[in-house]
Amino acid sequence: MKFNFQGAGIVRGFVETARNFLGSYYDPERLTTVEYPERKLALPENVRTVPFLVYDHDMSGLRCTACKICEQECPAACIKIIKDTVKKSDYLGKSQFQPQVFDIDIAVCMSCGICAEVCPFDSIKMDQVYELATQDRFAPLILHKEQLGKSNAYFHAIHPTDAVETDSLRDEAKRKAETKAAADAAAKAAAAVKPKPEISTTANSQSVGTSATANVEKAVAT
Amino acid sequence: MNSLDQIFVTLKQWLLSYVPTDFQPVGSALLSIVAIIAVFGTAFALTTILERKGLGRIQNRPGPNRVGPCGFLQPMADAVKMLTKEDIVPYAADKVLHYLAPIVLTVPIWLAFAVLPFGRNMSAIELDASIVFFFAVGSASELAVFMAGWSSHNKYSLIGAMRGIAQMISYEVPLVLSTVPVLMLSGTLNLNEIVNAQSGFSFGVGQWNVFTPWGAAGFLLFMIAATAESNRAPFDLPEGESEIIAGFLTEYSGFKYALFFLGEYLGLFAVTGLAVTLFLGGWNAPLAFLNVVPSWLWFFAKFGALIAVFIWARGTVPRLRFDQLLNFAWKFIVPLTLVNIAVAGIWYFSSDHLAYAVRWLICAGIFLGFYELLGRFLSLKRAPRTYRYAE
Amino acid sequence: MPNKITFCLTVVFTLSAAVAAIRLRNPVHCALSAALAFAGLAVAFLGLDAEFIAFAQILVYVGAISILSIFAVLLTRGTEVEPTAAVFSRSWITGIAITLGTAAAILVPIFSSSILYKIAPAVASAPVQMIGTELMTHYLLPMEVMGLLLTSALIGAVVIAMSDRPEKKDDSSHPSVTRYPSAESKPATKRDLTTV
Repeated sequence: MKFNFQGAGIVRGFVETARNFLGSYYDPERLTTVEYPERKLALPENVRTVPFLVYDHDMSGLRCTACKICEQECPAACIKIIKDTVKKSDYLGKSQFQPQVFDIDIAVCMSCGICAEVCPFDSIKMDQVYELATQDRFAPLILHKEQLGKSNAYFHAIHPTDAVETDSLRDEAKRKAETKAAADAAAKAAAAVKPKPEISTTANSQSVGTSATANVEKAVAT
Repeated sequence: MNSLDQIFVTLKQWLLSYVPTDFQPVGSALLSIVAIIAVFGTAFALTTILERKGLGRIQNRPGPNRVGPCGFLQPMADAVKMLTKEDIVPYAADKVLHYLAPIVLTVPIWLAFAVLPFGRNMSAIELDASIVFFFAVGSASELAVFMAGWSSHNKYSLIGAMRGIAQMISYEVPLVLSTVPVLMLSGTLNLNEIVNAQSGFSFGVGQWNVFTPWGAAGFLLFMIAATAESNRAPFDLPEGESEIIAGFLTEYSGFKYALFFLGEYLGLFAVTGLAVTLFLGGWNAPLAFLNVVPSWLWFFAKFGALIAVFIWARGTVPRLRFDQLLNFAWKFIVPLTLVNIAVAGIWYFSSDHLAYAVRWLICAGIFLGFYELLGRFLSLKRAPRTYRYAE
Repeated sequence: MPNKITFCLTVVFTLSAAVAAIRLRNPVHCALSAALAFAGLAVAFLGLDAEFIAFAQILVYVGAISILSIFAVLLTRGTEVEPTAAVFSRSWITGIAITLGTAAAILVPIFSSSILYKIAPAVASAPVQMIGTELMTHYLLPMEVMGLLLTSALIGAVVIAMSDRPEKKDDSSHPSVTRYPSAESKPATKRDLTTV
């Protein structure tokens, strides 16, 4: 039904808005917005806010090796890392540094995600928390290692695709490292049949370590 | 029931009886001022929240509902926010004019309420030419808009002020011309007498001006011109925030900004009260048996209904472009008001010769025919508008 | 007595606003002071119980004339630059002569008119209806003449404003004068916005 007198469009517009007005009271489906603190929409998987650090099992299994690549790549320079003095063994069985201090100033962070892209150890990932407001502008907005560290299960919960892919890569790397170590051990056992000078054993163990790191880097590159 | 109708008049007289005789005129004026400020100040607070909720519903969202029950304490929160904000005056501003502009806008508009009849025997002052007084005090707002825009020393402010003045001057013509038929037919400039002229009942229905062809047309034209005169959407070009930040309000903050906001709403209220008085029978009941309801209740019921229409229009019609705005005023609204005056003349002189229904149809036919023809003539050269995204 | 106090206040207010309208440097301030003086005059009319004239004064002078003068000031010259020349003209003798002449032209008819010897009526208010009737009967001719004058002024203003014909934008219609060789390759500037 369409009347075509002068100003008919305006009248139709008035009818439309009146229908919206009344309809929004009777039909909650019309409401396009969500009342936020009570109801929260599920976030899309690729949403990113500030970075966090992934650990396996507990905080001692922090994947970060304090390599400081993210600190150097961060365009906003909001990451501060201090290396620990002692090394720990990582999931590949290789001994690595861990960060003593890992701070991110989320007041400065611009959520670009470059840190997560450059990390060769799949340690730093982008979080999805968005209720970051605090009463103070300074201290509460600097997140420390304890606040940043979150479990791999949490990573799976917020970025399922990325987490599964990362895990498979890490499993692959671990499997390769184990076969390499087994092969090395077999070669070593074979070498042990023939008598050799004492020094060669230490040299062998070093070569195992470097090849394992190279494997991980290859995995990340793929 | 008569006592309930006159309750405020009786209350005022009872209060005045405690005042010495010499000071009774001053006391009477003060009481009226206090009542008007209290009532329309509250109406301002209520309108802001109801407007935001209504606009929200029109856009299919719930609107503000956080502060207090259903969000009705939101005006208090807004007031606290406005009053505690820093009052910034630009370095290059003309300090005196920048300070005076919100006052010049707000004070005269309060005066306009003095002549409106809010109920039986309920107008603050009785003037012979009260409608001229109303338009006279309303004209000061143009000066205030100019002062605000020019003194801010900001190009957006000046553009907004120039837009505001051009718009207000253009729409003041149809605003006054659309009231002329009412003044012609009731033969007076006194608002109380205009209300009295509409107090009769024919077939149990009130003889309001809006039920006559010239009254209905005049009412619509008056409402359009009033929307433009009070700078409301769709005629909010002076502060069109998508184009010129906030127009003449750009450099205002804190309490001065709140005063401008208040002044704009008071202007809307005053002109709405005038529309009720001129066209909707003032404080008269619509049906004869409803006369038992107090007169002031009728006035405020009609007042609230018209405010709702303004909010509805704001939620419906998008903002005009400036050339469209002026073309609409001078090429469409002004000719229609002139035709409406002629129609009112025909209505007046045919009363002795023709039956009521016949002259109703003739007058409505003349106006509607002219409306349709003028509209078609003005849109002759334009191709039909096509929309890329809608429909 | 209170009436006299009100009158004196009004006079002081109006005169100082009028002096400010002449003396101030910034033309916008002058225009606004003139509006103030007009408003003061309206108050004076109110003191004489001439309500209608007072409201008409505000409606026409404060609401329209002063806005018009502000428009004129803003459209004609930059208000940003403070004028360096003295406000008072150097040819002050001419100025005084003009002032005296104008004053005489106003005062002589006033003092020679018979209205001074009329006894003022007890109630000075003139109902609006009476003003209207007088305008439409006794003073019809002056009103018509004034209307004609204003209409011709309006038409004259429109003619002056219209004489500025927009220059032709489309250069390609003059192939002999090719000031822009790439005129053909330019996209059409005229676009019908309504049919986008």
